Amino acid sequence: MKRRDFINMAGMGATGAALLSQFPLMGKPISAERALETVDVALKKQLADVALNAARSKGATYTDVRIGRYLNQFVVTREDKVENIVNTESYGMGIRVIANGGWGFAATDKLDKDSIAKTAETAVAIAKENSRLLTEPVKLAPQKGLGEVSWKAPIEKNAFEVPIKEKVDLLLNVNDAAMKAGANYITSLLFLINEQKYFASSDGSYIDQDVHRIWPAFFITKIDAATGKFETRNTLSAPMGMGYEYLDWRPQDKIHSVTTLYKGRYDMLEDAKAGGMQAGEKMKAKSVEPGKYDLILDPSHLWLTIHESVGHPTELDRVLGYEANFAGTSFLTLDKWESKNFNFGSKLVNIVADKTQVGSLGAVGYDDEGVPCGKWDLIKDGVLVNYQVIRDQAHILGLNASQGCCYADNWSSVQFQRMPNASLQPGKQKKSIDDLIKNVEKGIYIIGDGSFSIDQQRYNFQFGGQLFYEIKNGKITGMLKDVAYQANTHEFWNSCADIADESDFRLGGAFGDGKGQPAQSNSVSHGSATARFNGVNVINTSRNIG
Amino acid sequence: MAILTKDQAQALLKKVLSYSKADECEVNLTGTDSANIRYARNSVSTSGKISQSQLVVSSAYGKKLGVATINEFDDASLEKVVRRSEELAKLAPENPEYVSFLGPQTFAEAHTYVESTAAITPKLRSDLVAQSLQVARDAKAVAAGFLEDNTGFSAMMNSKGLFAYNTSTNTNFSVTVRTEDGKGSGYATRGYNDITKLDTRKATQIATEKAVKSVNAKAIEPGKYTVILEPAAVAVLLENIFFRLDARQADEGRSFLSKAGGGTRLGEKLMDERVNIYSDPFNTDLPSNTWSGDGRPQEKIAWVEKGVIKNLSYSRYWAEKKGVKAIPGPEAAIMEGGTKSIEELIAGTKKGVLVTRLWYIRDVDPQSLLLTGLTRDGTFYIENGKIQYPIKNFRFNESPIIMLNNLEELGKVERTVSVESNNNYLLPPIKVRDFTFSSLSDAV
Repeated sequence: MKRRDFINMAGMGATGAALLSQFPLMGKPISAERALETVDVALKKQLADVALNAARSKGATYTDVRIGRYLNQFVVTREDKVENIVNTESYGMGIRVIANGGWGFAATDKLDKDSIAKTAETAVAIAKENSRLLTEPVKLAPQKGLGEVSWKAPIEKNAFEVPIKEKVDLLLNVNDAAMKAGANYITSLLFLINEQKYFASSDGSYIDQDVHRIWPAFFITKIDAATGKFETRNTLSAPMGMGYEYLDWRPQDKIHSVTTLYKGRYDMLEDAKAGGMQAGEKMKAKSVEPGKYDLILDPSHLWLTIHESVGHPTELDRVLGYEANFAGTSFLTLDKWESKNFNFGSKLVNIVADKTQVGSLGAVGYDDEGVPCGKWDLIKDGVLVNYQVIRDQAHILGLNASQGCCYADNWSSVQFQRMPNASLQPGKQKKSIDDLIKNVEKGIYIIGDGSFSIDQQRYNFQFGGQLFYEIKNGKITGMLKDVAYQANTHEFWNSCADIADESDFRLGGAFGDGKGQPAQSNSVSHGSATARFNGVNVINTSRNIG
Repeated sequence: MAILTKDQAQALLKKVLSYSKADECEVNLTGTDSANIRYARNSVSTSGKISQSQLVVSSAYGKKLGVATINEFDDASLEKVVRRSEELAKLAPENPEYVSFLGPQTFAEAHTYVESTAAITPKLRSDLVAQSLQVARDAKAVAAGFLEDNTGFSAMMNSKGLFAYNTSTNTNFSVTVRTEDGKGSGYATRGYNDITKLDTRKATQIATEKAVKSVNAKAIEPGKYTVILEPAAVAVLLENIFFRLDARQADEGRSFLSKAGGGTRLGEKLMDERVNIYSDPFNTDLPSNTWSGDGRPQEKIAWVEKGVIKNLSYSRYWAEKKGVKAIPGPEAAIMEGGTKSIEELIAGTKKGVLVTRLWYIRDVDPQSLLLTGLTRDGTFYIENGKIQYPIKNFRFNESPIIMLNNLEELGKVERTVSVESNNNYLLPPIKVRDFTFSSLSDAV
């Protein structure tokens, strides 16, 4: 699911079955009490062994089995009404094999022994049928069996245990606060995910993991009926790999800038109130004069630019051409990496991939190929130094192990290379947001993510935002609207001139990043401190359709 | 669970309803067999087969609604899912916008199922891919593509006597061919209900030709150009209109169809008078389901006629509130075209740009429906009726509403697939003036 599809869906006011029919990936709704049950690990091992044995007996030289129980809860409200409370569950098994040197995959939601054996047989048959079209056999980087291990997200409060009433009350209070502050419409939602994933492979690994994610969000509209104009202001929250504690804000989690910004915890009520007022301010704001500006980008905005212009082009499958038909390839070709001196960005730019970051969307103990997760540099002092790699690609970079970047969004989806958390490291000198702003003569301070688009090799991008403030001679002089900036990835990151220090470091993230055919969704965080980029081209997006 | 016949589905749904104790109950049942092959670097990368079914039970007490589903079909599971939806309904807050389920409706038979697609074999699937790969290998080019096929059924029944059933098949194919040096790239996509119509060899030949011809693209200045958009490029722009025909958003003042002073722009001429957009479940080239997910019949509906907004879609709640017919949104959209081929459109163009594909389409401003995105996989400069040379890709910022006001000519309609939504449409190639390219992209 693409994030914008979810937003469209949430705003449509669909109910019950009509909503579910738009949501095929979401699985089946279940009652709240069932969400707290887990499947016994011994049973999962038994089922996995049935698949491993059946595949081997049919000729598979490698097999992995994923048994997934994917729980979602979403609570959607608009103004003073609850539109939906849905609990969904999706439970089943995906079997991936190598036979005759090629991959085959089959999945089933019937977890009896006969059905599992038959599914394993189908996966092997598919691998054999398609092996005639191979140019070279799959080469897997070695991964020793880990035996029986487990990993649990370190959450403080399981969101599925929080009573529905508490969630509904929060959202209706949020809506009320926004409406009182001047909003005409608001849709607010809580989206909660628990992935209970079990992985077993013919290498001898049996891995049980428990992953939690949360996304509280709202979408405010302010209209002017007389002119027919409207403005929107979306939430400044980040989706997180956390439990319900994300909503238990503490004073130390707030950064007081021109509006309140949130670090690690989120005060949804305060943000909604600010949002209601700011949507009104946007109506009256000055339309931007196009031209070159120095941009001060808040982490609530910059995460998306990092995601699109650094995260995607460093995916090795894109570099190699595996995504050429859909998402595209990458300008970060192997020769640039081999040269060891390709200046991706200015010397200030250090971007680190990290699948272990606590509270991030992408944190797990092991990836969906049973590889233990870690942390590594992608861009070091501005130079491209590494990519994102899975087991069947490691040999291409001369690596003898995968970097653990394999993920499937469901038991019924085949796992492939997905982006780890990738974050811009904060500046080493002590600097606040104000310290960055005070040195800018002509600039725009952008907060929150908005419209985003980038080409298939990740050169040319265009980003909008939620809040835009004009900076003149080191001071914020007022709000702007109709702002979007266009740049070339390479030029943009080389224009990075200043980064605030670690105390300003915050995570943003994509709750449903789309990739692959059939499309799969991935959740991934990107952190940064506020950063400055010089001389970026800003366009005015206002049009009249008559 | 296999694909159920109408009688089997009806019997199962009746059994589910027999367990209901709620004021109202509605049951939706779907089953799908799908398979795909994905290839890249001239070799198969992944391939899989997935079989899934789902039963959704919606129970209502007054205006309190609960929904639960299951994918097990023994009697105990069926009763359990009904009880669970009833428990959720009792816990749910009252929804003032709840509308009682529809009574019996008459649905015409859909023409969405083709036996040859349902009967596809693994061998046919890999043969179709092999044919595509062969074209690219022969041309010393590199292919990446995706072939998928789906066979499914859907059925619904409710306690007020409504019953609906349909089966459908579909196959979507797309291929991107790149030259070995990565300097040229071409694309083609096809979608059919009947897989025997799919010619992967021919589609790959077109993509290969575009790849070879797009090598060494020249940079020309961004700006306003006359543009010929192939149907695959038209699809990703126009579907942003098809998806946003909702009357409530317009009435509430937050749509490009909202009117200054309140109300909607229904009945207003917003585009060139040659623009006619409609949906028709019985169109033989693009058949679609004859009922919507909540049991409303899908009929032939004119959305834009001679440039005038002719109909908006309504939820049943909003239609009741406004006292109008509750027309569901289009399942598959069709735009009327002309008689010319793309080659003939090019021949009649003094100066312009031919666009094969548009990519990464996103909203910039919902008020004007301003969209941004980029050209991709075959962009060429036209002068004096001929393609002169390949040009570097552009980013555009354009509203499809403004674009359809700047219409020059419409070509012959063909079935195409949106790379953004995977939906199939019947659309013409379109020639428009003053299409806004705002910057250059180095991407190939």
